[in-house]
Amino acid sequence: MTDRTYPDDSVGSFPSPPATVTDGSGREIRVRESGQDDLEALVEMYENFDPSDRAQGIPPVDSDAIREWLDAIVTPDAVTVVAEHDGRPVGHAILVPDSNSGYELAIFILGEYQGAGIGTELLEHLLGQGQAAGVERVWLTVERWNEPAIALYKKIGFETSSSESFELEMSIRI
Amino acid sequence: MKVLLGTGGREDGFDALGRTLERTREAGDDLTVAVLETSSDEDVESVAADVREQVTASGIDAEVRVLEGHPGSQLVEFAETEGFEQIVLGGGQRSPLGKIDLGEVAEFVLLNADVSVTLVR
Repeated sequence: MTDRTYPDDSVGSFPSPPATVTDGSGREIRVRESGQDDLEALVEMYENFDPSDRAQGIPPVDSDAIREWLDAIVTPDAVTVVAEHDGRPVGHAILVPDSNSGYELAIFILGEYQGAGIGTELLEHLLGQGQAAGVERVWLTVERWNEPAIALYKKIGFETSSSESFELEMSIRI
Repeated sequence: MKVLLGTGGREDGFDALGRTLERTREAGDDLTVAVLETSSDEDVESVAADVREQVTASGIDAEVRVLEGHPGSQLVEFAETEGFEQIVLGGGQRSPLGKIDLGEVAEFVLLNADVSVTLVR
């Protein structure tokens, strides 16, 4: 595997969770740090995830496979935040350590909560939580055709680090 | 059916080899394994030795060939000139988050092969 490249300069500081925000549809959304205690609530959220929003095989579709996947990534080494509406998760973002002291990022938002600014809030607070945990280098992959996601990542400060594969790779230094 | 499995030194390639050997036994296919010069750290000859060992242990009579040079194009060209009906490849590595990364060989072969390509999951 080739070494990933990251921007030379770190972007500014990000806000730490928790926070309560009003989304673009007037809903009150709570963003907070998440962890293994939230596993069952997250399984339920991913069971309701639109299969057409899946990316590179995740999240899995089957309930047992979702639980197995979350067990593997929601570890004490991971940084994870959740967005809740009426006490139930509607969005989830996570940083998972790779083997080169970088972190891979992914974010998932239920269909009816997309396009309301929740992704921006979730990402900013995830990176704020990451900064508090000592994370410096973050990368992600995104499908080339997923323009809304790419625009969001750019707005946050991600830069394209590799465009040679099926997916676009982007990275940020925080 | 004349089947060509392409593999480098990666884990998904060895998974694909195991599954394809099983499938070869069930279907009575005619299997050839091409060991490719990929960007993985392992030397192609040592990968080929591991592949031969696994093939021998399975009891399947399959030829193992080392293809030197650009892995995707060498595999596609070999499949065309030797009249293979299907190419089999590993189904990709998983990222720390569980995302599937197909890799450059699979991408090249999928886009350039004129026979069917199977990715083993």
